[in-house]
Amino acid sequence: MEEVLFFLAAIGALGGAIGVVAMRNPLYSVLALIVHLFSLAVLFLLLSSAFVAAAQVVVYAGAVMVLYVFVVAHVGGDQESAWEPIPGQRLLAPLLGAALFVELSIAVLGSSLLALGADGPKISPGFGDPEAIGRLLLERFLLAFEASSILLLLAAVGAVVLAGRQRGLGPDEGAGGPSERFAREEPPASGDSSPTPHRRVASEEGPPAPSQTPHRRVASEEGPPAPSPAGDPA
Amino acid sequence: MSATAWAWLVLLFPLLGSIAIAIGYRSIPARAAGTIGTVAVALAFACGVAALANLLGEHPDARHHASSLWDYASAAGLDIELGIFVDPLSVFMVLVVTGVSALIHLYSFGYMQSDEGYHRFFSYLNFFVFSMLLLVLAGNFVLLIVGWAFVGFASYALISFWYRRTTATGAGMKAFVINVIGDIGLVLAALLIFRELGSFDYGTVFARAPEAFSVNEWTVTAICLLLMVGAFAKSAQLPLHTWLPDAMEGPTPVSALIHAATMVTAGVYLIARTHVLFELSPTAADVAAFIGLATLLVAGSIALVVTDMKRIIAYSTMSQIGYMVVGVSIGAYGAGLFHLMTHAFFKALLFMAAGSIIAAMANEQNIDKMSGFGRAMRFTSATMLTGGLALAAFPGASGFFSKDEILAYATARGGMYLIFTVLGYLGALLTAVYTFRLIFRILPGRPCEEAQELIDSGHVAHGPPRNPATGEAEDTDIGFPGAEHHIAEQSWPMKVAMGVLAFLALFGGLIQIPGVDDAITKFLDPVFVNSPLAAIRPSVAASWTGLAIGAAISLGGIGIAYWLYVLRPQTSAMLIRRLRPLYTLLVNKWYFDEAIDLLVVRPALAIGRFANRTFERLVVDGLVSGAEDAVGGAGRLVRVVQSGFVRSYALLLIGGFAGLALYFLLASQ
Amino acid sequence: MNIEWYIVLSSLLFAVGAIGILIRRSPIVILLCLELMLNAGNLALVAFSRMVGNQEGQVFALVVMVVAACEVVVGLGLIVAVFRRRLPLDVDELRELRG
Repeated sequence: MEEVLFFLAAIGALGGAIGVVAMRNPLYSVLALIVHLFSLAVLFLLLSSAFVAAAQVVVYAGAVMVLYVFVVAHVGGDQESAWEPIPGQRLLAPLLGAALFVELSIAVLGSSLLALGADGPKISPGFGDPEAIGRLLLERFLLAFEASSILLLLAAVGAVVLAGRQRGLGPDEGAGGPSERFAREEPPASGDSSPTPHRRVASEEGPPAPSQTPHRRVASEEGPPAPSPAGDPA
Repeated sequence: MSATAWAWLVLLFPLLGSIAIAIGYRSIPARAAGTIGTVAVALAFACGVAALANLLGEHPDARHHASSLWDYASAAGLDIELGIFVDPLSVFMVLVVTGVSALIHLYSFGYMQSDEGYHRFFSYLNFFVFSMLLLVLAGNFVLLIVGWAFVGFASYALISFWYRRTTATGAGMKAFVINVIGDIGLVLAALLIFRELGSFDYGTVFARAPEAFSVNEWTVTAICLLLMVGAFAKSAQLPLHTWLPDAMEGPTPVSALIHAATMVTAGVYLIARTHVLFELSPTAADVAAFIGLATLLVAGSIALVVTDMKRIIAYSTMSQIGYMVVGVSIGAYGAGLFHLMTHAFFKALLFMAAGSIIAAMANEQNIDKMSGFGRAMRFTSATMLTGGLALAAFPGASGFFSKDEILAYATARGGMYLIFTVLGYLGALLTAVYTFRLIFRILPGRPCEEAQELIDSGHVAHGPPRNPATGEAEDTDIGFPGAEHHIAEQSWPMKVAMGVLAFLALFGGLIQIPGVDDAITKFLDPVFVNSPLAAIRPSVAASWTGLAIGAAISLGGIGIAYWLYVLRPQTSAMLIRRLRPLYTLLVNKWYFDEAIDLLVVRPALAIGRFANRTFERLVVDGLVSGAEDAVGGAGRLVRVVQSGFVRSYALLLIGGFAGLALYFLLASQ
Repeated sequence: MNIEWYIVLSSLLFAVGAIGILIRRSPIVILLCLELMLNAGNLALVAFSRMVGNQEGQVFALVVMVVAACEVVVGLGLIVAVFRRRLPLDVDELRELRG
């Protein structure tokens, strides 16, 4: 019974993985990953890790994947061009991947770990329960626990900063397809509070912006932008 | 105050004068600069007299004092101080240097008056006096070398004083380079002395030398030969003499001071100061004496044919210093230094008179164009005649007593040294002939244009400013001689200076008449007290015999010159035709310049060209550019990896990881 | 089941994820493949934790999940920012950092 479940879950996981890699449409890739994650949760259950399996479903498949879906829906996906600019990439990638798999397998299977061949030690019924995990988290691994919470905070702040609504977007500008590649923009005026990430360096000096208009994305054929009030509603 | 305190003041005044004039050269008026300069040296002379008085008040054996201001280095066996040594020899030199310098400063006060570089001149002149005094008063070899080098620099600065004249700057460089060769010899000698005797200090060195060296041991001979290289470069003896005639490019007071009275006598002073070492190496002393003799004769012969007035006097200087070198090398220290003193008087006087005549000739220096100045400039002619008589050793003048004393000493030493007597008298004959060649060409006869202008109107002739050597046109702005020329008759400072020197040239010899008063020799005795050579004294009878012979030769020489240049003026042209090869040799200064050019200058230039074209271009540039190219090339190669494609980076990453894993898998088999 | 099976499956999933990163050009899909690799690692961790018999591996796996979540958040934020600037969402086009 256990083997059957294992193989079913394994096929699901592998299928999901191959689906992620192979699908053209990013949304389909996301869905394939969700299938993969559920299969992994089953595998975790088989390994008596109930809490981790639950966390996998709730957090990973539930939250992170939803985030992915939102972004894919917002951004959309382009058809990737068929031409490969890097010579040899399409050839080497599968080869290297296969080499990696073979090496890792040999490394693990050929090692002298005796326990690998066995089923594992007898475990108590509370193995993998939330209580046991919680106890570990709050007693032995408290530092890691706290550190990861700080990490989450940082990530949240970073995300807000990165993707925060840019001030000064007019009604005719919006999230559409890129209208012009490598559009120029003016450098922000001094005294601006939020720093601009990933800004392309403007090689020309545009008309000096009045101090209250930072973060302009201006196509080069547009004239001096009209000042707009700070803090447009996002 | 003690003698050493006076000696420090002697050093201080010219240094302060030089600095004061240099700092204020824009703000203080010209006359003030001249006054400061002259007064500074005059004060130094006064302090020198005070030091002399101090010394004379002591017992002769106690007349040597060393004094130091601070230690430069006293560690690990080195003991170098800023120290001076006051004894009769240094005080003698101080008096000669400061006395003649003060008079020359006074002369320059009038002579250089219209020159734009008046302040610079006096600053340099004072600095020169300071350096010479430092050289003479130094109490150890290190300070001697410092003074030596400063004097070389001052000479360079003053020779190239009219710096927009290329001949002057070339001459300055030539003088400096040859002086540096002498400096090398001197430094090597000092280092050898330190290695052998362990000290630089005069007292220690001269005390240890007789014990440390045996006679004619190769080390002491080497030291003396190296000292000679230094001395001969400074004193313009063969073969390092070629700079002196060219040094006449400097203004006449410079020639008077540096190249007659003071700097060129530094070599003589050096040999006298280190006489202990020279007496330990008779070979080196004889070499020095023979070189002095050779210089004496060669220079005298060249002076017979040269036509530039200042150069005749320059060769005469070279010749007379040959006498001095002979004197101090064979042991006649008192006589040699006495000749140094009298030579300073009459040679400075001759140069001053020459300067006056050149000014009257509007900077023309060729004696073929001069005549009849006897009537046009009486004072200048009188002083020139006085100087000439002293130079030619006319009986009773100062040069008479000093030169013949050296030759009498040579006779007294006997043996091989009789060569010096004989050839010395030959040289005296040559001296008389060329001196009066100069005088009989310039002074008597029908006045030339410029002289006529002076007689008629009392105005000094003016021509367009020209370089006297090459005839190039010049202007009279800074870097060239000034527009006005000053002659002695119209300038009282020049008159006073020349008058004093004329008096000294005539009567200065009277302080050392053999058998009557040997003031100089007695004064200098304590310095040479341990010297066996100095103990040889010619008998009074022998001295007077020598004086009689000398008088005869001198009068004979004057007579020959009179016959050649006044009675039968065409004789010299006929002689030139008959003895053309000899004449060519003499006019070309015995081809020394050409020989040095061939042997030294051209190889050095060739090495420089080779170094520049081949070595520098191939090796140095090759290494540097090669390194640059290598780095650039390596960078270009490595840059390929930085393509900007994230996926290729990932490929390299995963590929690398796979490779590593493979390696470890294989290694763990 | 032998733990070996789980480990081999984990390596296979890891390799698939690696191939996906090397082949795909859309940043979103690359992030997804990154998730694949992280999950493969999680699987290995949990399997080893079962093999050893204590739950430290599972705690480790939880922390890995947290880290993965943070990384996804920031990565997607970057993608949105790139999209807002009207730049092409293609890692081969975004290549200014080069020598």
